Amino acid sequence: MDINKFLERNLNSALLRISMVGNSDDGKSTLIGRLLDDAKVYEDQPKVAKDNGSSKESSTGVAYHYFSTPKRNFIIVDTPGHEQYTRDMVTGASTADLAIVLVDASKGLTTQSKRNAFILSLLGISHIVVAVNKMDIVDYSEEVFEKICGEYSVFCDKLEVKNIKFIPLSALKGDNVVNKSGDTAWYKGESLLQHLESVYTSGDKNVIDFRFPVQRVSRSGQGFKGFCGTVSSGIVRVGDEVMALPAKKVSKVKRIVSLDGDLEYAFPVQPVTICLDDEIDIGRGDMLVHPKNQPDLTYKVEAMVIWLSEEPLKQNESYFIKHTTKTVRGCVSQLFYKIAPEGLHRQETNGLKLNEIARATVQLFQPLPSDPYARNKHTGSFIVIDPKTNRTVAAGMIIDRQARREQLEIGKDVTPVSRNIYLQGGKIEVADRENLLGQKGVTIWLTGLSGAGKSTVGFELEKRLIAEGRACYVLDGDNVRHGLNRDLGFSPSDRKENIRRIAEVSRLFNNSGIIVISSFISPYRSDRSGARDIAGDGRFVEVFVDAPIEVCEQRDPKKLYAKARRGEIPEFTGITAPYEAPEEPEVHLRTDLQSVDESVDTIFTYLKAIGFLTNHDPDD
Amino acid sequence: MERYRLSTLKTLEAESIYIIREVAAEFQNPALLYSVGKDCSVLASLARKAFYPGKIPFPFLHIDTTRKFPDMHDFRDRICKEMGVGLIVHEDDNALSQETSLDDLSGVRCHSALKTEALLTAIHEHGFDAAIGGARREEEESRSKKCVYSFRDQFGQMESEGQRHEIWNLYNSRINQGESIQVSPISNWAELDIWHYIHMESIPVAPFYFARERLVKPDDTNLIPIYDQTQAGIDGAITALCRFPTLERRYCAVAVRSEAVSARQIIEEIVTRRRSETGARTAGRHRDPSIENNKKEDRI
Repeated sequence: MDINKFLERNLNSALLRISMVGNSDDGKSTLIGRLLDDAKVYEDQPKVAKDNGSSKESSTGVAYHYFSTPKRNFIIVDTPGHEQYTRDMVTGASTADLAIVLVDASKGLTTQSKRNAFILSLLGISHIVVAVNKMDIVDYSEEVFEKICGEYSVFCDKLEVKNIKFIPLSALKGDNVVNKSGDTAWYKGESLLQHLESVYTSGDKNVIDFRFPVQRVSRSGQGFKGFCGTVSSGIVRVGDEVMALPAKKVSKVKRIVSLDGDLEYAFPVQPVTICLDDEIDIGRGDMLVHPKNQPDLTYKVEAMVIWLSEEPLKQNESYFIKHTTKTVRGCVSQLFYKIAPEGLHRQETNGLKLNEIARATVQLFQPLPSDPYARNKHTGSFIVIDPKTNRTVAAGMIIDRQARREQLEIGKDVTPVSRNIYLQGGKIEVADRENLLGQKGVTIWLTGLSGAGKSTVGFELEKRLIAEGRACYVLDGDNVRHGLNRDLGFSPSDRKENIRRIAEVSRLFNNSGIIVISSFISPYRSDRSGARDIAGDGRFVEVFVDAPIEVCEQRDPKKLYAKARRGEIPEFTGITAPYEAPEEPEVHLRTDLQSVDESVDTIFTYLKAIGFLTNHDPDD
Repeated sequence: MERYRLSTLKTLEAESIYIIREVAAEFQNPALLYSVGKDCSVLASLARKAFYPGKIPFPFLHIDTTRKFPDMHDFRDRICKEMGVGLIVHEDDNALSQETSLDDLSGVRCHSALKTEALLTAIHEHGFDAAIGGARREEEESRSKKCVYSFRDQFGQMESEGQRHEIWNLYNSRINQGESIQVSPISNWAELDIWHYIHMESIPVAPFYFARERLVKPDDTNLIPIYDQTQAGIDGAITALCRFPTLERRYCAVAVRSEAVSARQIIEEIVTRRRSETGARTAGRHRDPSIENNKKEDRI
């Protein structure tokens, strides 16, 4: 062999970190062994570590395996898939570029496979390979494979996963692991290893938003002073104007120093030392950014929090929050809901226990510069440390729509402010408007067939809210289709755009503190979940106004069913176009069984329960 | 190479430098465990990069439980002098005195027992709160689950319950008085990464690693070194061109036949040997097969 060629190739090959999720029952150890064996890898780790089992001294349930091919180098982070090992999975997924989820073809899709996919998407993994294993047991049946793919895809549509690949394989027999199998002639895709070698992941890196958390100040003889750190995201060049947060002091990059020589520019995740033109006072925990592209600098973040400790969360008690290179005190001040990952179902909660996942507000005692996790993993993530035990008790991922109440123009002399103090000269925020009205903006989204009673319920609800002194507004076909959306028809794409605009309008209303009752058929699940994303998950209440189609057709207030039956209306929901019923609505009304008043009561009770109709006190 | 993309070696280098800087920033009194081995040579070189143009802000600690190897000590002293770091040599009298009596025990036990004990004493004596070492997960199966930051309680134990979940690169450095953290910045490096990096960066490694004529006694698979030249005449002793794949206590070290006198040639031997064993498909980041029978040393 040509050693020079080998060295050169190895010098350029990239590293792919894989999170391998599954149980020994699914054949995980066999698959890892097969990859290492069949890829003709020297068996450097003679036997794949047993799933979790006897955890060895000073270890967690996460095992690391290393192998490489002429194309790439790989690290497999091997974690058990069972619910009780959620924290191990979170560990493995947090640094992975790609995840392999094992599904046992003979068992089909399990609650656990859904749960795993949800957690992976939560951790921002954009590439998932669903390895449908044990195809040999099901006679390499295309049907079985397709069924699993179908079910999984439907579930994953609700998640933010860019790239899902399904591969039918048998780890035991070696089918489609390294080489394509003759037994699955119907499968036209790549083998698992081929996919791992070729999947494009470079695009996942954020090279837009320059973020440089300072790890340490470096001083040496001859008056050298530089700021050591790793470029988290974005590109920085010599001569760039940079701003140090939270002080907001501006300077210019004089040098980018490394032992390999000064650099003209630096990119993620290069470790460098940056020297500035001016002598400004910054230290560990400060962040260098471009002044025209700043992160949010806030005392409060909204985040998805995964609890990792046997000791449950103590709400409003002080913990350490470690975010990039800065550790501050903070507390979980509010829990919105927790999520049962298998159905993506939101549940009310007043606590957080081991392996539970909740949406929460974290109140910080010092401001942190952060980005949404979806945009920037480094500046969008934090861990929570219990000051009494020093244990890492939670992992958090910052959400885009954060509590902006205390988004402050931070000057040097700012001290932590209590929640009801507003700085002069700041922007008027949602909370200010909400305080003015003494209520919180929320979108109550009524969906259902024509004739199910959406408008009736909607207007009755509005009446009741107005009677209680709440500012609210009903959006329905009548006031939207004839104006804002009069350019739209009823094709799926027009329906989608229709819903999108309505959601945006709802959001504007909500931002000004107004309660919105949106009453639209909105037949497609994906459109409604899009609406939820636009309006903001924490203030979107999906109400399924449900009645059997026969009942609706009988009611037929606008005589539309009759027309549709006569073929006069193309694409009429329920007749010639589909209606996808909500799987997990917050409220499910049966208008064929409940009276209008009872229906409205149900919604009212729910709104109260989640804290939207309590008297909103700015000092709460 | 794509724009804004780092190769495997540069990615591993970046990860390690980040960890080393974190330790320097977050601990009061860290030390780098310098064992004179090749992994530590890489570690030391990474530490230099991490703080350039400044000096490495912590001392090197050599837990010396071996009998005297003059050339090893010369090499160590030279490196520390070149890097401008302080060197603390901890010669554990207790461990050294026990050494002989442990001769008949397996390499694993004698090494790990002596070293762990000596390390704990040193940590205690010098009040170190973090010890940066050259452990790698790929070295052997028992290491595959190790953390980057391993927590050691006040009794010196590393219980699995005490370990912290390592999410993203947010390492938890909070400890109480008397506790410490064992840090492994090169956790994710494989054997071949080490050699390739040594080659790429021209990192000096101890002469032990390179082939020359040595007095040995072959057993089934390996060459057992004979250090006492007066034993040249004993049964089965031969002089062979060989190198040591790992540099650990002499009791644990065995030699392999080799002509490699540079990192490049060692890589060539590793890759070729593996190819001949496993076919042509893969080359990569794997341990030197020659140490397969000798991987039980427990570097701390």
